[in-house]
This record gives sequence, C-alpha cells and structure tokens, in this order.
Amino acid sequence: MNILKPTVLALAALAATPLTAEQITLYSGRGEPLVAPIIATFTEQTGIEVNVRYGGTAELAILLQEEGGRSPADLFWAQDVAALGTIKPMFAELPQATLDRVEAIHRDAGGRWIGTSGRARLVIYSPERVEADELPVTMAELTDERFRGRMALAPTNGSFIAHVTALREAAGDDFALEWLKGLAAIDPVIVRNNTAGHQAIADGEADIMLTNNYYLGRFLASDADFPVAQATFEAGDLGNLMMVAGIGVLESSENKEAATAFIDFLLGEVAQQYFTGNVYEFPVSGIGIVPVSGMGVSYSEANAAAPDFDLNRIVDMEGTLELIREAGLI
Amino acid sequence: MTASDLFAGRRMPLPRVIFTALGLMVGGLMLLPLWYLLLRAFQADFDTVARLLWRWRTAELLLNTAALTAGVLAVCTMIALPLAWLISRTDLPGRRLINVLAVLPLAVPGYVMAYALIGLAGNYGFLNQILGVTLPRPQGLWGATLALSLYCFPYLYLNLRAAFAGLDQSLEESARALGCSPREVFQRVTLPHLMPALMAGWLVVGLYVIGDFGAVALMRYEAFSYVIYQQYAAAFDRLYAAWLALILIAIALSVVWWESRLREGVRYDRIGSGSGTGSRRLRLGLAGRLAGWLFSAAVVLASLGLPVAVLTFWMTRSAIGPVLPALLDSFGQSLSVAVPAAVLAAGMALPVAVLAVRYPSPLSTLINRLAFVGYAVPALAFALAFVFFSLQGPRWLYQSHVLLVTVYGLAFLALALGPIRSALYQIRPSMEDAARALGHGPAATFWRVTLPNIRPGVVAGMVLVFVIAMKELPIAFLLAPTGFRPLAITMFSRTSEGMLVDAAPYAAAIIAFSALFVGVVLRHDRKGGD
Repeated sequence: MNILKPTVLALAALAATPLTAEQITLYSGRGEPLVAPIIATFTEQTGIEVNVRYGGTAELAILLQEEGGRSPADLFWAQDVAALGTIKPMFAELPQATLDRVEAIHRDAGGRWIGTSGRARLVIYSPERVEADELPVTMAELTDERFRGRMALAPTNGSFIAHVTALREAAGDDFALEWLKGLAAIDPVIVRNNTAGHQAIADGEADIMLTNNYYLGRFLASDADFPVAQATFEAGDLGNLMMVAGIGVLESSENKEAATAFIDFLLGEVAQQYFTGNVYEFPVSGIGIVPVSGMGVSYSEANAAAPDFDLNRIVDMEGTLELIREAGLI
Repeated sequence: MTASDLFAGRRMPLPRVIFTALGLMVGGLMLLPLWYLLLRAFQADFDTVARLLWRWRTAELLLNTAALTAGVLAVCTMIALPLAWLISRTDLPGRRLINVLAVLPLAVPGYVMAYALIGLAGNYGFLNQILGVTLPRPQGLWGATLALSLYCFPYLYLNLRAAFAGLDQSLEESARALGCSPREVFQRVTLPHLMPALMAGWLVVGLYVIGDFGAVALMRYEAFSYVIYQQYAAAFDRLYAAWLALILIAIALSVVWWESRLREGVRYDRIGSGSGTGSRRLRLGLAGRLAGWLFSAAVVLASLGLPVAVLTFWMTRSAIGPVLPALLDSFGQSLSVAVPAAVLAAGMALPVAVLAVRYPSPLSTLINRLAFVGYAVPALAFALAFVFFSLQGPRWLYQSHVLLVTVYGLAFLALALGPIRSALYQIRPSMEDAARALGHGPAATFWRVTLPNIRPGVVAGMVLVFVIAMKELPIAFLLAPTGFRPLAITMFSRTSEGMLVDAAPYAAAIIAFSALFVGVVLRHDRKGGD
C-alpha cells in the first residue's frame, strides 16, 4: 500500500529528531499560531530548544495533576489564572528578580506563577443595535431589563468563572448569586465560548456580551468590517478586571534554570511588544511598549479603567460553579 | 499445548483457545479505564457528589440526552437505509462516487459541521454575505439532531452497506418465489438480516451522541455530556468528573447490553445445500434514477456540501501557500497514527467478533460488551486512565507513538467491531468446515476462507477508525509525543483562539486527505464497493 510510505517517512522523521544539549519541555495552553513565533525567537537568542505540547489549558491542567511528580514538563503556560491556581502546588518558587518585573496583583503571592500578558474583561456590543447611552456603566448593571434577550453569555468559559469568583471576593457570595440569577432572569443567549459570542453578535442574535478584549482584534484582522465594537465600564469597576495569561516552572523540572530563562524572556521587551502588537493582548512588564490601534480598547485605556484587584483572590472556582448552577445558568 | 490443556476438560479446540485468549486480552485492557475511574471516584467527597448529582437538573439533562439520541437514530436511519440500498442493490449510475461521498461526512470535524449549519444563518452568516438571505439559526433539539445526524449517518451507512454486500440474495428470491410481495420480502427477509448491522450502527451512533459535547454546545442544547465537560474544563477536576463519566458509561453499557440481548441466538447465515447467488441489481427506470439521484444529492449536499462551502468561504480570506509545508508535515504525522490505529483496531476487533459469532458463550458475550468500553468512556477520561497506567510502566512508553496508537486502537475498536461482526454473521460455518475437510488447518481456513469473505466488513471498520483518528483531539492532547502536531491539534490551536479563518486550511486538509484515503481503500474493495 502506498499509504505505508509516508507513514514510514514520518516515523523516521520522528526518530531522527536530534537531542540537543539544552532542551526544555513546555505544556502550552496557548495556541500555536499565537506563541510559536515568539518561542522560535527565544530559541534563536538562547540556543535553548523548546519542546512544546500544545493543548487546551484545561486538558493540560488535568494532565499535569494526573502526572504529578513524574511530569516530563518543565513549564506550564496557561490561558488563565484559574488553571495556574490549580497547578500552583506543583510549581516551584520563581526567583525574586523575575517576580519583581510584574506588579504584585498580576502574579502569585507565593511566587509560584507569574502573568505573561494582560487580558482585560470588558463588553463587546453591536454598534448598529446598541446606542452609546445604552451601554452599561457597571458590571452590576448587566442584569438590567434593557438587555433582556440581548446578552450573549458563556457560563462555562474559564474567564467568566474567574470573573465571577472575583465578584464573589469583592462583593460577597450573596451579591454574586443575585447577579447571576439576574442574568438568568433576563433570558441570555447561552453560547459555548467567547468566539461563539462574538459570532452571535455579528450574526445579530445578541447585542452585547461581557468578554475578554483580545478576540475582537483577531476577528478584525481577518475582516476589517467585523460588525462588533468594544467598551469599558466606568473606571475602577470590577467589570474591567485585568486578568492574565501566566506561566510557572514545575517543581519536578530538572531544567529550572533554562525554564526560568524562558520566563524572563517572555517578560522582556521583545515578547511583551509581540503580545501587544500581534496577539492583541496587553503588556504586564516593561515600559515603552507601543500600543496597537484600531483593534478595540487600547491597553492604556484598559489599564486606566482596571480595578485594583489582586488576582490571587481568584481561587475558589468550585464554589463559583456551584453558584452558577444554583442560578440555573448551567 | 498448555493453553489447550487448561481447557481440556471442555475439549476446547485450539482456534477457540487462541481467539478466547486474544479476546480476554482486549477485554482486560478495556477494564483499565473502568478501574481508573472507580479509583478516582472513591477519592471524591460523597456529600459533594450527592449535591452535584442529586438535582432535578440531572434528570432533566438525562432526558435531554435520551431525546437527542432517539432523534439522531431516527434521522440517521432515514438517511442511511435508503442510501445503502440504492448503492448496493440498484444499478444507479454514479453509485461508486456516491459510495465514497456518503462516507466522507465522517471526516468533517465536528466544529466545522456545526459552524456550517450556524454559518448558514444569521446576519453575518455566509448566505447573507453572499446571497443576502437570512435564515433562522438552527439550534436546540432540532439543531443538534440535524448536526449530529448529518455527521453520524455514515456509521450506519457503512454497516448497512457491508450487510447488503454480504446478504445472500437467494433468500430473497426464495421468498419472492413463495409468493411474497417486494414489501413483504423486505420486511420479512431483508430487514431481519440487516438487523445486526442496523443495531451495530445504532449502537455506535448512540454512544457517540451520548458522549458528544462539541456539536451539542454549539447548538445550545444542554445534554448530560455538558456537565462532564464543564467539570473537567471549568473546574479542572478529575474526581467528580469520574462520577459523571461512570454514570455516562453505565448508561452506554446498558444500551450495549440491550443490543447484545437482541442479537443473541439469531442466525443469519445460509444453511443447507446449494450455493448463494451472486448479487443482482435492480434496474431503475428513469423515474427511479431521478429519485435516487435527487435523494443522494440532497444527502451529499447537506452533509458534505455545506461544510465544504463554509470552509471554502473561510479559505477565500486566507492564503494557503505559506502554510502548505506545515500542512503536509502535519498530514504525515496524522497518517503515522491513523493508519496503524485503523489496522490495530481491526486486528483487535477480529477475535472479539469471531468469539461472538462462532463461539457464543457467557464469556464471549462479556468480552463483546467490554469491547465497547473504549468508545463509551469519555475520551478525556479514557486518556487519563492510560496516563495513569503508563506512568507506572517504563519511561519510554509514556507519551510515545506506540502508546498513542494502542490507545486509539482501543478507543475506536468498537467502530471496527460492528461491520466485522455483521460480516461474520453472514458467512456459513459450513464453508469453513468444508475447507477443513479439504485438509486446511484452522489458520489456513481462517486466512483463505473466512478473511476474504469478511473483507468488506474489515475494510469498512478500518475506514471508520482511520477517519475518526484523523480528527481526534483529547487523547492526542494527553498522550501524543510532545511536539507531535497532527492536523487535528494544529487546527484546534487556531479555533481555540477564535481564528476560524486560519483553521480552515487544516480542517479542509483533514477532509481532503480522509477523502483520498477512503477513495483509495473503497476502490480496491471491489466486493463491497461495487
């Protein structure tokens, strides 16, 4: 059979992969097209090969728990703080010099994980169907009757659950439950994830959604006329929470030095500029990072509007899930 | 012959001993994930388990799952049965092409099918962007039923096609000669003989529907699988998810049990003297041809045309040239797993099927039910079980190519089992007896008589496994060698970040390469395809 030929070739190619002296293994919950270029730059600069396992952040977090101390991974790069919090007991402490590069609210208080890029929560809306004076001023206002049947909601989305956890911390469980029940009461359009939410607004099925900032840039990059816009809540409102994608070195790693070098590289100017300009996220470190324009809310706007909330308080995802269940959203 | 000595009291023939040993091995491997899930489940806090499960909502979601399953099985049968009959029993021109096209929807990644249906509708939908037409968005029970049926009917079609190919038409002729009308022949002879294939297909489709999360979520239909996914994905939890997975498996295995109860003790082979007739095709008149073409075209357009149209629409917005080398590389990697997995799954399904058909016993029944565990366990839980066990083993085994292929083989064994078992039901043991009487040993008989006769079934099984393995995700996430980038993972890396346009070439590649493979295999498989 002809099919066997490529199989053999592929197997041979796999077997022939050279083992270089310095090599680290990265479990990446961040998508390959977004991070592969910056990983390649790291290898160019340092000569350290990065062996990457790409997968969903959730799947990799579960895998790491199952692997425990036998994990072949040196690093886990996750999309959200919830996953990092789950794996925290398996992470090693990072050097103070590395930690100091990022504000304390964007890294683990115990020094075991650190934010690599900011991702702001905000609202997206249809500029055709939502008037400027209709936009919500606070996150609490999202339950208002005027959004009945018009709001897209992804209740199983990690960022949403983390955001509700922050709300519980800031305003108490009772308030958070009332808020969730309020959302359920105005008949939201339940979507699978943030991408589907953007699509739903573009399609005219929903008019507004609480989501993360960086998706819009990616939609606009492939279609400049994508009919969705962004807005922040009033300055300091919890709705503008600045969350991070982050990374940690595993305690079981035998290449901690090279792994830490990778983290330092991610916090450096080249990588931070890349996240800002190419991934449409926000820098967490460095000065003089050039913002990208025309892709929704800019990082200076998002930073100015962000509440002073310590991401270390986002821990009890289970408790949040129970509230979301109680509200009947899942 | 120590193995035979063991069974000497019962005078078990050697082939039976060998098949039983192989079957036990397969059954034993299938027990691993169950053991693992029980292990994890008992680490959970029981109060929390009770709070999680003892809710009205659980019953509601289970009912939703039941309604969805019934709907999908009905729609799949309405598509697959007429189609398999047209291709196998009539002289409809173009049937070879239709035969290949009817299998291809399996190759369509689930998210593409769901987006194709969703993408049709709405203001931003491609129908509106191209033609200015806005349709209501398919969603809820009917949306999910439609998406899953268009995606799953080929399972049933392949099973039925193999069954039609193996069905001895002289039985039908006798019935006709005895005065039965064509409808009576179909109801009293053809349909009962198709039952093993129908049930095998329903089983696989049913298990898929019970476990599916992707299409269900995109169609905003809340089924039981939703809760499991959420437990893993939102809470990063393995313990409570284990309980949910066990419930899902219990439901799935009760369906398997029900199916095998119906199948047991029924004979479908020819007995008595005389030879079976070769296949004869019904000559279709012009009206018949038109009707046949219309039906086939409608099925192909909906199941394959839609997703291809959506992908094409996305691809017009991205350049393919620059990603071509990476794409071919990924294709090679996909192939290096999917081909051996297909062969392995069929190889493992064979002894299990032989046990069921040739040596029925309580043990063979048990092994046949266990064979479905791989398909019934949620993929993530199945992969976790093998993470757990392979980490106890040698270091080189963990996240190795060999392990990935083995786990795929086990996970998809059930897909290969159905067509192989149906094919075996239809060959006469007397043919094997004759070969043995003519001096062939058991091995030569199996190789020279049994295997050639069940080839359409084996081929159909391998095609199913191959096509599914090409697009599998959760198992690859956990168990693929680090740095391995099959098409499915490369595609996911893009869709998960909302880059649908960038994902399109990879999704298209999965469909195109699967099409190529299915085309090549079915061309060589003259007996089944023609």
